Amino acid sequence: MREPEVQEFRVAFDGVSLRRGERAIFDGLSCGFPRGQVSVVLGGSGAGKSTLIRMIGGLQRPDSGSVRVADQDITGFSERELFKVRDRIGMLFQGGALLDSMTVFENVALPLCEHTHLAEWDIQSEVNRRLAAVGLAETGHLYPRELSGGMSRRAALARAIVMDPEILLVDEPFSGLDPINVRRIEALLIDLNRHLGLTLIVTSHHMASSLRMADRLVFMVDGIAIAGPPADLLNSADERIVEFLNAESDRFAERHELDVTPLMDRRTSPDRRVKS
Amino acid sequence: MKLAPIENLGFRSLVVLEHLGRIAQFGLRIVACLLVRPYRIRRYLSDVYDAGVLSLPVVCLSGAVVGGTLSLLGYTTLVRFGAEEALGALVGLAVIRELGPVLTALLVTGRAGSAIAAEIATMVTTEQLDGLRMMSIDPVDFVVSPKALALLSVMPLLAALFIVFALMGGYGIAVGLLGVDGGSFMSSMEGSVKFWNDVIGCFSKALTFGALTGLIATYRGYISEPTSAGVSAATTGTVVTASVAILVFDFFLNGFWGV
Repeated sequence: MREPEVQEFRVAFDGVSLRRGERAIFDGLSCGFPRGQVSVVLGGSGAGKSTLIRMIGGLQRPDSGSVRVADQDITGFSERELFKVRDRIGMLFQGGALLDSMTVFENVALPLCEHTHLAEWDIQSEVNRRLAAVGLAETGHLYPRELSGGMSRRAALARAIVMDPEILLVDEPFSGLDPINVRRIEALLIDLNRHLGLTLIVTSHHMASSLRMADRLVFMVDGIAIAGPPADLLNSADERIVEFLNAESDRFAERHELDVTPLMDRRTSPDRRVKS
Repeated sequence: MKLAPIENLGFRSLVVLEHLGRIAQFGLRIVACLLVRPYRIRRYLSDVYDAGVLSLPVVCLSGAVVGGTLSLLGYTTLVRFGAEEALGALVGLAVIRELGPVLTALLVTGRAGSAIAAEIATMVTTEQLDGLRMMSIDPVDFVVSPKALALLSVMPLLAALFIVFALMGGYGIAVGLLGVDGGSFMSSMEGSVKFWNDVIGCFSKALTFGALTGLIATYRGYISEPTSAGVSAATTGTVVTASVAILVFDFFLNGFWGV
């Protein structure tokens, strides 16, 4: 796959730096996310994957550098200007971020009620259509606390796409889910991309599903990003990428000579516990 | 090294000043959100229910008990001067001018203000406010301002109810238990409580305290850290800051305007 031209990027970071205290989270990060493709952002915990997503949504501002979203430099935008940009973005938060004082139906209907003049009947059918699409047709009357982890993430996905965004940001869609739910959400996301042409930006550390989905991989290492088509990156000789990929495989313990024998001496074995 | 505490003092004052500035800005944002469409009437009513209706039992019970206590306390003093028929004036003035609005405000801060701070702080922790932002909905407009307005508007109503129960409690103890003449109790109260001075003063005090609690509770929740420690800090901070602010404002309202 050829490397896309700069103007085809729907989202682009240019020399972005962000410090939190002493630690540099981004250190001159530059990368782009092409239109209509699935980009998967990989990286260890604390590598700044979520921060990257939040920055695209304008929830986090960079210390320096610029972030372009849908051909606009949003770096200096006010909250009101950001609202205009966010109308074109859907975001699926890791915890779902459904409003827990409202039912699933009300949650999904909220953007429609706030930003459109649709009649109540139209809103109802639209919401039901979205809920059916994510396989939650009968759950509109439930409150988010009554849903399982996989269900609430699907409900949040229904809410994120109800306004037909061009760009969908997805933060860790697979963490904490069983394999069946992982497959289900993965299939939903791929459908959205293939059929509606959504630009998808997904953070994940779930290697298998990332490789199945990705048109493009972005590795976050040491405050910068290394981006490219999956085939190139997987065969890359770059040490940091090799390290990450190997950490995913079971060769990790061998390579790092991790020794688990000290753990075998269990001080809290049942016969040593205080009897109650 | 000896200068450290003094340097610290400067730093801390700056932090306090910064918060005062931010809270004023936050208050203006709330007012701006309340003035422009859309008006969040359904959310406002549900917040009034949470802050107001659910506070009724606490306020009524406390009112009756405080009124009764005042009667007992006032009677032991007044009877020494043979002036027990002035008990009505004492209970009426104390409750309407001072205890009604102040104690109601403290009770509502503890019951409803802390709940509002905790709710907003939890919404910060679970990214619900960020979720709203990403849907191009201003959380101050959608979540914060109905709650602040709800606290502002329930305060005078709850204070009025507190006062009614306190007067009934005071009357009950004075007439039923201590044997004060019911007619002289009522007439001394009627003779000493002035509508424009005392009752309107009480109303404006309650409104001031409602605004303070509403502002502090929502602000404290809104700026909380997204952790469980942040939620608890927001709750405690609200109760402490709002209670102290209510007492300080009460002092100045008494001192400057004789309210």
